[in-house]
Amino acid sequence: MSMVLSAVLALLVLCLICGAILGFAAVRFRVEGDPLAEQINALLPQTQCGQCGYPGCKPYSEAIAGGDKINKCPPGGEATIQALADLLDVEVEPLDAVEGEKPQMVAFIREAECIGCTKCIQACPVDAILGAAKQMHTVIASECTGCDLCVEPCPVDCIDMLPVGGNLQSWHWSQPLPPGQLIATDREHAA
Amino acid sequence: MTELALILVGSILVNNFVLVQFLGLCPFMGVSKRIETAIGLSLATTFVLTLAAMSCYLIQQYLLKPLDLEFLRTISFILVIAVVVQFTEMVVHKTSPLLYRVLGIFLPLITTNCIVLGVALLNANKGEFTFITATANGFAAGLGFSLVLVLFAALRERIAIADVPLPFRGAAIGMITAGLMSLAFMGFAGLIKL
Repeated sequence: MSMVLSAVLALLVLCLICGAILGFAAVRFRVEGDPLAEQINALLPQTQCGQCGYPGCKPYSEAIAGGDKINKCPPGGEATIQALADLLDVEVEPLDAVEGEKPQMVAFIREAECIGCTKCIQACPVDAILGAAKQMHTVIASECTGCDLCVEPCPVDCIDMLPVGGNLQSWHWSQPLPPGQLIATDREHAA
Repeated sequence: MTELALILVGSILVNNFVLVQFLGLCPFMGVSKRIETAIGLSLATTFVLTLAAMSCYLIQQYLLKPLDLEFLRTISFILVIAVVVQFTEMVVHKTSPLLYRVLGIFLPLITTNCIVLGVALLNANKGEFTFITATANGFAAGLGFSLVLVLFAALRERIAIADVPLPFRGAAIGMITAGLMSLAFMGFAGLIKL
């Protein structure tokens, strides 16, 4: 009988001590925020363009930490997807089809029509538009991420989104022709 | 000193916990597809095994033995191991995000593994063990697990690109490989008499 009692007491005391240690640790070593989301946020381009479907880079990084896909960031492009895949140890995916089907764009202001209202300057998340009130504006093409947030505010619709010619990062081989189109005699057989 | 060296060689090679005593087989089969994750799991397991051997030795020596309650070993060891690992995970999470990224996912996973409880119970069965030798045995068990897991992951990475006959693909060829490795480790039997 005394052995049963001492066994129960010993386990009870052990459990209480363990519970106290864990409870203390949960308060003492509480982690503010999600460190993984911070790391993901540091890799995103911080254009706050919202093309991923989230209101900015921080919400998107939290969504990725919660398990969202890593391929929804057109301004970051392939380089960002690669960096995110390395960080999270997942497979690299091509840029999301919905967002990724249009090529890399750059904003172009038709300067003759610009009235110098500065509305597009305020809209630009990366400060890629140069100009002042009542002065003609222009886009610094190397800074523009093609997020098209400046198109909407323009009162005279003088901003065009133009596709950028390929550079070393975006160049890739063209898709091969489907089988049957490759050789002229095959085409005759099919017909 | 000789005794520690003997314990290290004995637990790593001769009585390897995975291939000779067949403990910890689920992470051995489950987390050996890629060598990077295998290394992460190895680190976490070595860490947990050392901690578990230490804490369970203390519980055995200063709580269960004096009270003559050695039949409570299993339940109290499980409790103490879980708490120690959980506590360590919290501290690591707070103090070192980098280390947490390497070990974080594996720590809770390894807590409930048979190899951890196995080392603690085998230590408790050996009456002559001191705190130092019990810790060394836990650490050596972790090193042996790491050695075997990394070797096995390297083999499986090669097998993944090999032309395996259709009925043997996947887990089957993994099991066969593990069995052959186990046979190879049988060759160490009798190397040391403890």
